[in-house]
Amino acid sequence: MKYRNKNRIKKDPPIKAPKLESRKTMVAGGTFKDKINAHRDLHAHALFSSLGRLLATPYNSTITIAVLAIAISLAGGFYILVSNLQQLTANLETSNQISLFLRQDVSEAHAKKLADSIRLNQAVQSVKVITKEQALTEFKTYSGFGEAINHLETNPLPIVLEVLPKNTLDDKESLSILLKSFEQSPDVDFAQMDLQWVERLQAIVAVVRLFANLLSVLLGAAVLFVIGNTVRLELHQRREEVVISKLVGATNAFIQRPFLYTGFWIGFFSGVAAWFIVAIFMLILNHSVEALSSLYGGTFHLLFLSFTESFALIAASSLLGILGSWLVLICFIYGKKTR
Amino acid sequence: MINFVNVSKRYPETGDVLRNVSFHLQRGEMAFLTGHSGAGKSTLLRLISVTERCSRGQILVDEQDLSSAKDSQVPYIRRKMGFIYQDYKLLQDRTVFDNVALPLVIAGYSHHEVTRRVRASLDKVSLNGKEKKYPFALSGGEQQRVGIARAVVNKPPIIIADEPTGNLDPALSAEIMTLFEQFQQVGVTILIASHDISLITKLNHRVLKLDHGQLVAE
Repeated sequence: MKYRNKNRIKKDPPIKAPKLESRKTMVAGGTFKDKINAHRDLHAHALFSSLGRLLATPYNSTITIAVLAIAISLAGGFYILVSNLQQLTANLETSNQISLFLRQDVSEAHAKKLADSIRLNQAVQSVKVITKEQALTEFKTYSGFGEAINHLETNPLPIVLEVLPKNTLDDKESLSILLKSFEQSPDVDFAQMDLQWVERLQAIVAVVRLFANLLSVLLGAAVLFVIGNTVRLELHQRREEVVISKLVGATNAFIQRPFLYTGFWIGFFSGVAAWFIVAIFMLILNHSVEALSSLYGGTFHLLFLSFTESFALIAASSLLGILGSWLVLICFIYGKKTR
Repeated sequence: MINFVNVSKRYPETGDVLRNVSFHLQRGEMAFLTGHSGAGKSTLLRLISVTERCSRGQILVDEQDLSSAKDSQVPYIRRKMGFIYQDYKLLQDRTVFDNVALPLVIAGYSHHEVTRRVRASLDKVSLNGKEKKYPFALSGGEQQRVGIARAVVNKPPIIIADEPTGNLDPALSAEIMTLFEQFQQVGVTILIASHDISLITKLNHRVLKLDHGQLVAE
């Protein structure tokens, strides 16, 4: 409330008035324990009366909470998507191994000779030859195309030399020089650095994560505004009560309290509902993901929200609720005169 | 108890509503504030309730300077006064008990104390037994008595009434005035804005008359 009058004319010299400690009357009546109890009662009353008012308008409350729960579950869903993608890429070995795919016409004996010559390279720690048959068996096991491969007349896979450079060689530049030197060999079809595609995948995940974070901020803002608007409507509905309370000596804190609790409840229930939405989605997805994972050797399992993450989800939405209503109250109390 | 010193109030739109108003109400004094519509009665009361601040001059209530009071102090100043309105300003969705209890709840009284004081206050205005009723179920006179019970429930040293009998018939009005006189007898300072001349002349109390924002007669 602003009382400053622009048209205030020059004041007459004021009469000396003793300063009264009006704060003394803040909490009145009874002992200190009574005052603490009274304060606790005020909070308890605000907590439960705001809950009661939400329950008194079940349709409005349900619609608001449903909208918020969907927004929050979207943010939560993206979070889970990203953490699962991260889990997927974290499982991949980030070694600096180089795979040399040899030409189809290179024989096994020649490949072994080539491997021996590469072993002489100062920068190389070890070389492993993977024959066509070994490669096919491995592919059958892990690709999930086992049956289809049995129908192939010829083995389409090349001989692969897995070159592990020395540990000391970890900067990208010397690795790529080594890679190029292998590529120049006439027997090598193409050389592939494993690190490269892991890095690419991780870069993609990083982009997805950034996108998810931005989206979460946006959804959080939406939650803030929806809760703010709900509280604003309630404030409007209970305007008379606010005005009368102010006239009989209510402080701003007293006026704000029930509305802050309303924001809290809306946020809290939305968070809980969002958790259930995410949980149901995960249950539906889990079966299909497990089936898919089993085709790839079953190393991947869907991650769900941990206890801490679930708690954080509900706490964050509750906090957004309090913040949303607080912003509206600040605008209401300081933006307008409430007589 | 209420001391106005050369108080002026100017609105940018309408100009001076109050001009150099000075008066002093002693502790335990009862006075009527009268004047034509638009003379500035309501503005004067709004200055006392600190809903508005004066443009010039000084207002002292219980020796506290209202013009220099911070916004955060205003609620505590208001707790020293009981306000009574022509339209009662009751919360229609709350029971009589809850309406009367509001100032005590706000001031942070314990539950036990609230119950005791609300009962006592309702007893004083002869409304005992109606705690659980809602305001709309009461007559105008009863609603105004609920308003009075709310105004006196935390025993404020000052009562400010804005046309308290405006909606009531003469018999009920006289009843309400008797109540005010009872409060005055226990030392409460009372200022009543009214233009019910017949009622004012019947009662022998101090009269402050406003005319176009100036105090013309006492």
